[in-house]
Amino acid sequence: MLSLTDVCKGYATSEGRVAVLDGVSLSLAAGETLALTGESGSGKSTLLHLCAGLDAPDSGRIEVAGRPMGRSDAERAALRRGTVGLVFQQFNLIPSLDVAANLAFQARLAGRLDPRWLADLVAALDLDPLMARYPEELSGGQQQRVAIGRTLAVRPALVLADEPTGNLDEASGDRVMALMLRLVAETGTALLMVTHSPRLAAALDRRVHLRGGRLTC
Amino acid sequence: MLTGLSALLSHWARHRVQAALLLIGLALATALWTGVQAINAEARASYDRAASALSQDRLPRLVAGRITLADYVALRRAGWPVSPVIEGEATIGGHPLRLIGIEPLTLPPGAAAAGDPGDFLTGGVILSAEPLDDPRARRADLPLGTALTDIGVAAGLLGPDISYLLLTEDRAPPPGYALIHPSTTDLSQLTESFHLNLAAFGYLAFGVGLFIVHSAIGLAFEQRRAMFRTLRALGLSARALTGLLLAELLVFALVAGAAGVALGWLIAAALLPDVAATLRGLYGAGVGSELTLRPVWWLSGLGIAVLGMLASAGQSLWRLWRLPPLTPAQPRAWARESARAMRGQALAGALLLGGAAGLLAVPGLWPGFGVLAGLLLGGAALLPMLMAWLTRVGQRLSRGPVAQWFWADTRQQLPGLSLALMALLLALAANIGVGTMVGSFRSTFTAWIDQRLAADLYVEAADEADAARLLDWLGPGATALPMIRTTDGGTEVVGMVDHPLFRRAWPLLRALPDPWARLDAGDVFVNEQMALRRGLSPGDRVEQGVVAGIYADYGNPMPQVILSFDRHRALYPLPVLRYALITDIPAAAIRAAFPRLVVEDRAAIRRASVAVFERTFAVTAALNVLTLGVAALAMFASLLTLSALRLPQIAPVWAMGLGRGRLAQLEFLRTLALAALVCGLALPLGLALAWVLLAVVNVEAFGWRLPMLLFPGDWLRLGMLSLLAAGLAAALPVRRLARMAPGALLKVFAHER
Ligand SMILES: Nc1ncnc2c1ncn2[C@@H]1O[C@H](COP(=O)(O)OP(=O)(O)OP(=O)(O)O)[C@@H](O)[C@H]1O
Ligand SMILES: [Mg+2]
Repeated sequence: MLSLTDVCKGYATSEGRVAVLDGVSLSLAAGETLALTGESGSGKSTLLHLCAGLDAPDSGRIEVAGRPMGRSDAERAALRRGTVGLVFQQFNLIPSLDVAANLAFQARLAGRLDPRWLADLVAALDLDPLMARYPEELSGGQQQRVAIGRTLAVRPALVLADEPTGNLDEASGDRVMALMLRLVAETGTALLMVTHSPRLAAALDRRVHLRGGRLTC
Repeated sequence: MLTGLSALLSHWARHRVQAALLLIGLALATALWTGVQAINAEARASYDRAASALSQDRLPRLVAGRITLADYVALRRAGWPVSPVIEGEATIGGHPLRLIGIEPLTLPPGAAAAGDPGDFLTGGVILSAEPLDDPRARRADLPLGTALTDIGVAAGLLGPDISYLLLTEDRAPPPGYALIHPSTTDLSQLTESFHLNLAAFGYLAFGVGLFIVHSAIGLAFEQRRAMFRTLRALGLSARALTGLLLAELLVFALVAGAAGVALGWLIAAALLPDVAATLRGLYGAGVGSELTLRPVWWLSGLGIAVLGMLASAGQSLWRLWRLPPLTPAQPRAWARESARAMRGQALAGALLLGGAAGLLAVPGLWPGFGVLAGLLLGGAALLPMLMAWLTRVGQRLSRGPVAQWFWADTRQQLPGLSLALMALLLALAANIGVGTMVGSFRSTFTAWIDQRLAADLYVEAADEADAARLLDWLGPGATALPMIRTTDGGTEVVGMVDHPLFRRAWPLLRALPDPWARLDAGDVFVNEQMALRRGLSPGDRVEQGVVAGIYADYGNPMPQVILSFDRHRALYPLPVLRYALITDIPAAAIRAAFPRLVVEDRAAIRRASVAVFERTFAVTAALNVLTLGVAALAMFASLLTLSALRLPQIAPVWAMGLGRGRLAQLEFLRTLALAALVCGLALPLGLALAWVLLAVVNVEAFGWRLPMLLFPGDWLRLGMLSLLAAGLAAALPVRRLARMAPGALLKVFAHER
């Protein structure tokens, strides 16, 4: 479903070029879940962004759903519309749209809105009372539930999540996590999740650790 | 303290475009304001000179068909306090001048302030404002185009007959003479409405310019919020910080003010020739086309720049003053705090519009301008609410997710853009309003002048003997209709023969039944401006008789009365020198036979009148274009501002798979959509303005009520122009978005904000 071969990525900073990823290889099968851990600043988010095509690697190959990552912005954008779903730590939602519109947005963009499935998600995520609100009127946990619902509404083949519960207290974080894992399992979606928490990582099929620009197990 | 200031100023080094916008906005606003002020000041100075130098214009005059030296001597002998004047057009040293020959000894002291009697007695000096290529010439503080000399010199140049006698004491005229009263209004009163119009435009442009300044300052304060917090935390008091910012703003204001004054001077210098030509054509006022630099003027330019800066920064400074030292440095959510402010603003706008409607009931020019201001400000204040509503409609009507997001996001941007949109609305509405007024005036005026100029030729003889010879020469080859006009007590009095030609050329707006027969029987016609100023209707009575009809008289600042030709002759025994000719004889033939005759054909007069008209509005058109340019700049400033603050709105959409190119397209489209919506709203506002200008302001200022005509072609062109301006304003921010590094967008998700 996802495969990275020898991916390198660095950033130009005021002290010159800093290599963040230095030959990362990784593969993830359909329906599999993988936890990515590592110290702050080790490059977890960078890796995730490359997988989503939000940024391009300096070298190496990235394949999603059996096809190499496109070169152009438009190709990579098309990938995000249908195949890959993203959940960030925060700022996932479109501030100018209400919850109902946010939930349906990506699925409509991809042209595969399934109202029955969306209704199921709304019920599972307990979003019914919030449908007419705007993102700024929601708590952090509520916002993340909407973000997860929005991502899963597309039925993506791969979900990439960057510390989706990092901003939440432990109890609500656990609830959101459990929901996400259940829904991912139901839809047979592959999941790559960045997390700091060993407890959350333990709930996933596999774990990898990022250090010094390379992956260890 | 100094480190604090350098920290504050470092912001501008990193945001050069912002600094430039702030300076340009304020400089432009100041320039347009001071430019208009300079033109008005120059004109006023000319009027003052005219009023002080030629106070003989304030004495009553005795006129007769012909006054010879012997007539004058006889009157003096009989004890009449009269002083002779020979006045006429003369060319001296290559300059065509109005030459006035006076007799200093019999003039009451002070009547000719510019002349020292000694000069006149000793040796034929000619005084004038401009340097003349003539040995007798000397410069003096006189109105432009006028020369003053001893009556002996004037007699040599213009002939010995006396033009009129000044009556230096209040008496009834001697038999055989008619008394003409001096005008009670002077040039500055006549031209006041013209200058008021200009000044109103200056203030409008200034206001629009301040929109730019306001948004640039607002952004600079917003972006430095974190810095302010840090400075406060480091021990700078709120008072000291506000003081520092005030100092910074003052520096900006002085720099921009100086640039603005210089630019204003250029604008004024460029426009002054047109203005001078207008004033000469409309009011006969001589205004120099060269600008003098007055200290008062550039000081007031700097002053208005500082005032404008303080007015634009007031809100931001006030917020800063009340900012607790530890508020989060999070950029304010523009949308959130604005919903209530928008409602309050809309309410104020509605009140302003209501007030404007109420003011319509109050007569006068100032209430008229009040209505204009109320309309403009009220419309601007209502704009955000209306725009929000329109985007909501757009969202409801659109189907796809992107289209819905487009409208929702547009609505969310409104608070940040509203100032620029208001500036655009004001500029567009003013353009439509003034354009409609000028266009209506132009069509009415040209149709009217075509009708009024019904004769083939218009001739003016130098004296009655010449006129008699001309009539002889023409014989049956022409119908010659005498025309005669005097100015008495500030009113033009015209004598008119009853002829089908004049009946056709003077259609009456309102009249008693059978008005021309009444004119012959001793009634009068008055022009529209006189009727409006004095509240006259047909059937009312004026000094010269019963008003039998009221006629349109566009372009004339003076009240005018028409009497029958015979009555005019009886009241004012003046020589008849002007004739309207119905003839096939070409003008050139007459000119060849009578070189001293002034012969003009219909086309030439029409051309000259229309030229005066066009020049009058050339100034307005130039100011209009400048105002629109300022509005486009305001739009650019705001878009640039917003594009920096908008990443959190755009990043999620991008992450979900809308490419940067597509997003940039949408942003561009959004700007065009906003401009188009504003255009749509500016149209009714502009038409309301046009109506007020035509039906209230013009009537009060000039005394003309014109029909309102519509020019959809002009609207279309203006709409295209504003879309183009909006497109240009959006180009840079959109290009930035299209080329934005992904990292910049990713920061939205990665960083704590
Ligand atoms: N746009 C950028 N320009 C320069 N350096 C960057 C940029 N983005 C990230 N970095 C650097 O790259 C490294 C990896 O950043 P990344 O955000 O991937 O870390 P992370 O593992 O997600 O950390 P965290 O757990 O704190 O989220 C960091 O050292 C960071 O400073
Ligand atoms: Mg991270």
